Amino acid sequence: MKFLSYLISGIRLGSIYAIIALGYTMVYGIAKMLNFAHGDVIMIGAYVAFFALYRAGFPLVAALLASVAVCTILGITIEKLAYKPLRSATSLAVLITAIGVSYFLQNAALLLWGSTSKIFPTILDYGFIELFGGELKISYQILITIATCIVIMVCLTLFVNKTRMGKAMRACSEDKDAARLMGINVNSVISLTFAIGSGLAAVASVLLCATYPTVTPTLGSMPGIKAFTAAVLGGIGSIPGAFLGGLLLGIIEVIAKVYISSELTDAIVFSVLVLVLLFKPTGLLGRKTSEKV
Amino acid sequence: MKKLLVVLLSVLCVLSLAGCSGGGSGDDNTGTGDGGTVVKIGGSGPLTGPAAQYGIAVKTGAEIAVEEINALGGLQFELNILDDEHDGEKAVNCYAQLTDWGMDVSMLCVTTGPSLAVADMYQEDGVFAMTPSGSSPDIIAKGDHIFRMCFADPEQGVAAADYMAEKGLGTKVFIFTKSDDEYSTGVAASFKNEAAAKGLEVVGEYLFTSDNATDFPAAQAQEAGAEIVFLPLYYEDDTKIIKACQDLGYNPVFFGVDGFDGALEQEGVDVAMFEGVYYLTPFAYSAPDEATQSFTAKFNAKLGNNPNQFAADGYDVVYAIYNALTAGGATADMTTEELNAIMMEQFKTLNYSGLTGEGMTWDASGAVVKAPLVFRIESGALVAAD
Amino acid sequence: MKKITEMLKKVFSKKYRQRTVSYLIVVLAYLIIETAIKTGSISNTIKSLLVPTCSYIVAALALNLLIGYLGDLCLGQAGFMAVGAFFGAVASVFFSRFISGDVPVLILAIIVGGIAAGLCGALIGIPVLKLQGDYLAIVTLAFCQIIKTLLLNLYVGIDSKGLHFSFITDNTNMDPDGILVIKGAIGANVTKKLSSFTAGILLILFALFIIHNLINSKHGRAIQACRDNKIAASSVGISVSRYKLLVFVISAVLTGMAGTLYGLGFSSFKASKFDFNLSILILVYVVLGGLGNMTGTIISTTLLLVIPEALRAFNDYRMIIYSIVLIAVMLISNNAMIMYYLKQFKDHLKKMFPKRRTE
Repeated sequence: MKFLSYLISGIRLGSIYAIIALGYTMVYGIAKMLNFAHGDVIMIGAYVAFFALYRAGFPLVAALLASVAVCTILGITIEKLAYKPLRSATSLAVLITAIGVSYFLQNAALLLWGSTSKIFPTILDYGFIELFGGELKISYQILITIATCIVIMVCLTLFVNKTRMGKAMRACSEDKDAARLMGINVNSVISLTFAIGSGLAAVASVLLCATYPTVTPTLGSMPGIKAFTAAVLGGIGSIPGAFLGGLLLGIIEVIAKVYISSELTDAIVFSVLVLVLLFKPTGLLGRKTSEKV
Repeated sequence: MKKLLVVLLSVLCVLSLAGCSGGGSGDDNTGTGDGGTVVKIGGSGPLTGPAAQYGIAVKTGAEIAVEEINALGGLQFELNILDDEHDGEKAVNCYAQLTDWGMDVSMLCVTTGPSLAVADMYQEDGVFAMTPSGSSPDIIAKGDHIFRMCFADPEQGVAAADYMAEKGLGTKVFIFTKSDDEYSTGVAASFKNEAAAKGLEVVGEYLFTSDNATDFPAAQAQEAGAEIVFLPLYYEDDTKIIKACQDLGYNPVFFGVDGFDGALEQEGVDVAMFEGVYYLTPFAYSAPDEATQSFTAKFNAKLGNNPNQFAADGYDVVYAIYNALTAGGATADMTTEELNAIMMEQFKTLNYSGLTGEGMTWDASGAVVKAPLVFRIESGALVAAD
Repeated sequence: MKKITEMLKKVFSKKYRQRTVSYLIVVLAYLIIETAIKTGSISNTIKSLLVPTCSYIVAALALNLLIGYLGDLCLGQAGFMAVGAFFGAVASVFFSRFISGDVPVLILAIIVGGIAAGLCGALIGIPVLKLQGDYLAIVTLAFCQIIKTLLLNLYVGIDSKGLHFSFITDNTNMDPDGILVIKGAIGANVTKKLSSFTAGILLILFALFIIHNLINSKHGRAIQACRDNKIAASSVGISVSRYKLLVFVISAVLTGMAGTLYGLGFSSFKASKFDFNLSILILVYVVLGGLGNMTGTIISTTLLLVIPEALRAFNDYRMIIYSIVLIAVMLISNNAMIMYYLKQFKDHLKKMFPKRRTE
């Protein structure tokens, strides 16, 4: 029973990782770049949601929408200003620029909002449901987090597979030049990808802060790296892969902490990643690429 | 094309090097002693990065003290706190820049790691240094010029265990320790020793690092049947852990150390969640005495929130230095060696009352002698616990 | 006389010019700075930057070998540095019990640090052979995190009976004369700072020597063939995996040596210093200096270490300016228009100052 309750908190952490990983994986799939500034977009989203909820007194839904709107605009702006001029440059040049953007966002937040942490208000406090005669308590907050993650996953899969724009996205991820020849506006597809990824980051930030309430300028870095790891574990570029990778990583992290060794959690989590990649070199659900001469 | 870029970069490099040494060489001849009209107090602390708030608090507290002292019209101070990003390597760079600037007396570093990295340089160069908040006993062990304003980690662990045992808060204790933070491991280690001696039972310890400080398995403490949860941590992690426990409907006695100070000042915090929390601190901004109130008002005007013990430590270090210098008859045109000699002499007998304690004295090792106070949070305010 | 001119011609010929220039820059920088130190016309700020700069340059050179010539992205450079730093620290305390004199102890410590990091390199080289591109990058990042976590829990003490290791809790139980060199989260305490600027420069020259000789040898050409086209390379009989492992280990050894130099330059350092951000920092030096361009790496590393220090006057705005500089440099150096005008400017300069002798 205790194991079950730890498993559930692992799934909660994993769901949050999964939503962040979706942002990494989509951008990677289309633009073939590691967007290291993604974690810091989450941080900005958390601050916006905090200000909307606490200072402006918005209701939860309005605060969430405000956060999504700001992050989406921020994502598109970053893409237009910093990444678009580098479309023909090497992937390393883009990587360094992304790191620059990440430093910029963190330090801008520090200057604007100070270093003292802010505490996210309690927003999803609806109590518990009790199972097995009260032996297992699950808070509604956990259920909402997990449900949100599943809904996002399903919607995103449907969007990519069933809509015209989704088709354009898949075409771009296959071959940008061919897609352009087919009359697809590659630039707007990339912008849309960044918009969706950053919007998801805002949702993740609200869920993250609802559970772990401290908002600081470096809030996004560690979840960012973990989610990036999750995206690779699941096979980067694959939407179900990000979902699976995120969940697995969250569960392994929590279970390793409790049952193996809390000191060595990180070593265990990353060892699992190395082992998985040894046997599945492109991640769990990644597509195998065969090289041509 | 690459070559050209390299040439451009190297030109820039030479320029910035020149700028760097140019900035330094202006004061170069004053490196070991300042003939100027002010006493230059240097120091470093994290002003950016995850630990920024502690550095900023100390810096602001020290600035208030310097402004007050300069307004008195006697000995004039100039303060320069550089950003060491909570990194030993950067702290060494800061130390070098401070000597170029012509530092006379030092506040060492705000945090323990950087303090350890530079303490023996101060010792070798014979510069008096007093850390406001570097609490590891290893720091002052680096030399007899190195002093400390705050409690040592072991003192806090012992005081916490003693208080729990004396007041009968409970016997079963669960500890949350941040294993990559020497402050946290230092307090936890001494607490465990003292707890064993006082008949407290440590029923479990959860170790985490800054890389996985998000999800806390509070259920572990609950299952172990802990009546007290001991938190030798800073307040962000305290806040997360207390919330994780309360989310489970688990309400033990929470006991924090001086890093907890500041928890109530976080914007958006629901103070009700901290109801009944005990913690050790040398300073409470709500104390009714005039010095504290005036300091709190000035701090609020600068940063827009109430000061924590870090700010008070920074303030006290500057005043302790000021008292020692005036008692020793120091003047601003003395060299660093002369000032250092005065400080070493005065601190043997100095009795200083400030924001973080009454009648503080220092022993030969450089440690401060003062008693930790236990506070309890009642309806959102700090109350001295008896 | 004729022999000398012949030799000069040879070292400045197209084939050798890049090598010569990189050695010359290092030696020149050394001479200038040493003279400045001797005459006392250098600030403490620059003096304190010397040893870390040398360590970062060596680490960046090693990474450039990996990225520029093997074509594999590594995000775990900090891990190798950490191994070098911690093993080097233990070795230095250990050897100084038997050997007097700083120089031999430093050399032995650097060798130990290099070997330890090399072994780790070989260990991680095995998954490297199977993976490509970003998957490889993430495995090296994971490796760096694992190393950091392990070192955070390591306790090593030295007493008259020898070395004592313990893990997670301090169970070293040493004699009273023992020194606890590595104390878990608190990190390593080196009793004596052994690294010097001269040692740093010699290590840079050593790294340059190894790298230049490797890439200009038969093996070097094979390595570059693996980078350019793996399948074509293996079809002409080059063992891709062997060469990959070779380069990985060499790079790790050099990085480990850099780590030892770094660690012994401070009286204490923590495992948490060697995190993901440090790996990224070294990567930035390499990319900004130009892939495969060793001279560029040396210059960009120096520059990027000096800029944040030179920006201290801007206080709060320091890191934000640094990030803007970083983005701007990447955008400008990849902007075709600006580079075109720069080229025109360069051609114009060439016309104004025609070379006396054509090669």
